[in-house]
Amino acid sequence: MNDIWRGVVEAVQLIISLDPDLIEISLRSLQVSITAVIIAATIGLPLGAWLAVNRFRFRRTTIAVLNALMGLPPVVVGLFVYILLSRSGPFGVLGLLYTPTAMIIAQVIIVTPLIASIAHQAIRDLWTEYHDLLISLNTSRRQRMRTLIWDARRALLTAALAGFGRAIGEVGAIMIVGGNIDHVSRVLTTAIALETGKGDFALAIGLGLVLIGLAIAVNVTIHSISQTERTGLW
Amino acid sequence: MTSILPLKITEAVVRKRGKRLLGPVTHVIEASGFTIVMGPNGSGKTTFLRMMHGLETPRQGSLVWNIDERDARKHQAFVFQTPIIMRRTVLQNIAYPLLVGRHDKKQARETALDWIGKIGLVADRNAQVLSGGERQKLAIARALIVQPEVLFLDEPTTNLDGRSIREIEDLLREAFQNGTRIIMTTHDIGQAQRLAGDVMFLNRGQICERAPADDFFNATASEEARAFLRGDIVE
Repeated sequence: MNDIWRGVVEAVQLIISLDPDLIEISLRSLQVSITAVIIAATIGLPLGAWLAVNRFRFRRTTIAVLNALMGLPPVVVGLFVYILLSRSGPFGVLGLLYTPTAMIIAQVIIVTPLIASIAHQAIRDLWTEYHDLLISLNTSRRQRMRTLIWDARRALLTAALAGFGRAIGEVGAIMIVGGNIDHVSRVLTTAIALETGKGDFALAIGLGLVLIGLAIAVNVTIHSISQTERTGLW
Repeated sequence: MTSILPLKITEAVVRKRGKRLLGPVTHVIEASGFTIVMGPNGSGKTTFLRMMHGLETPRQGSLVWNIDERDARKHQAFVFQTPIIMRRTVLQNIAYPLLVGRHDKKQARETALDWIGKIGLVADRNAQVLSGGERQKLAIARALIVQPEVLFLDEPTTNLDGRSIREIEDLLREAFQNGTRIIMTTHDIGQAQRLAGDVMFLNRGQICERAPADDFFNATASEEARAFLRGDIVE
């Protein structure tokens, strides 16, 4: 309990004093995770809509694989991205290893199946509801997908926020591809792992509380901007 | 502009999961008129409408419009028994067919607002919270906004109050007077008598009788239709 209390006190002190290191790694955490979620949503939302609207051979298998990929072990993703980006790997020439870009790539791979899978389920339900109308109105496939994505936007926002939750709390993959280098690739989760390893539980807990606070703040901000709970049905 | 009608239906059969829902049906839908399709539950009325509109594909037989089928679809509209209301405002729902039809946005908005005024709804209201009658009026306005040559309606006034039924019937009369070919199913004999130019009676997936409305109600030819009009159970 003592460590937890000291952690809370330390977190408050770090925030009030606007500790430069804390600000830097918090901003880097947000930058990496938000960029990864934006890219993953750009891929995952149309993919989910496409899977909901189109019928093709091996569609069920594709959806099953996509659902299974939601549980991708981050460490394994990190390992693959590491191999691809290492000097001897196919993309080694780009020099991306141990940079925030490498961390974003790893997080996009982890988060995209999650967003696509949740999006597919939400859009599939809406497609069942809209099917006859959209066929009757002679809409093209592109128009159907755009309509479904727009009308399911609240569920899709939840999908994106679930992706953000996974990204901001992720440590395994970004530790491998980012290297947890101070002032370069250190983020909140890797800093927590480092401080825990050093036995500085108070600081680790403090950083953890900041991480939770950031995640909640981003969710509340997004809900507030999108007026999710203000313009309900009743 | 070339009319999409007549529609020639030849020996059309619709099956689902091995069960025959309709047919074989051979029929010609002529270029004008207000046709009421009647029949007991499960007689194939809805399937007949859906097949003509292209929502069901006949396993046998053929449907031939006067023009190419893809172009013909653009000149039709369908109103479902349970209106499909999009998760948008009333204005966005009604303007939607024009927007997907690549009409000018400003023009689409103005036309939709005219329709909203006509049916007495509020443009920026969430369409999901409308009453049953309001939802169906919205669905009819959304169908008519594209000025379809043929309008299919599947029991559009089921479970609605008298006032809503009257308002919807007025909309349909006006559309008919403006030249829209209407084909509508109903269980309501009174409504059929008020609206029908001609009546088609279906039972067990077959067209049992088709006659001008006066003839159908006053000199019914088929035993099934007579039993239906008497209020007997028709199997």
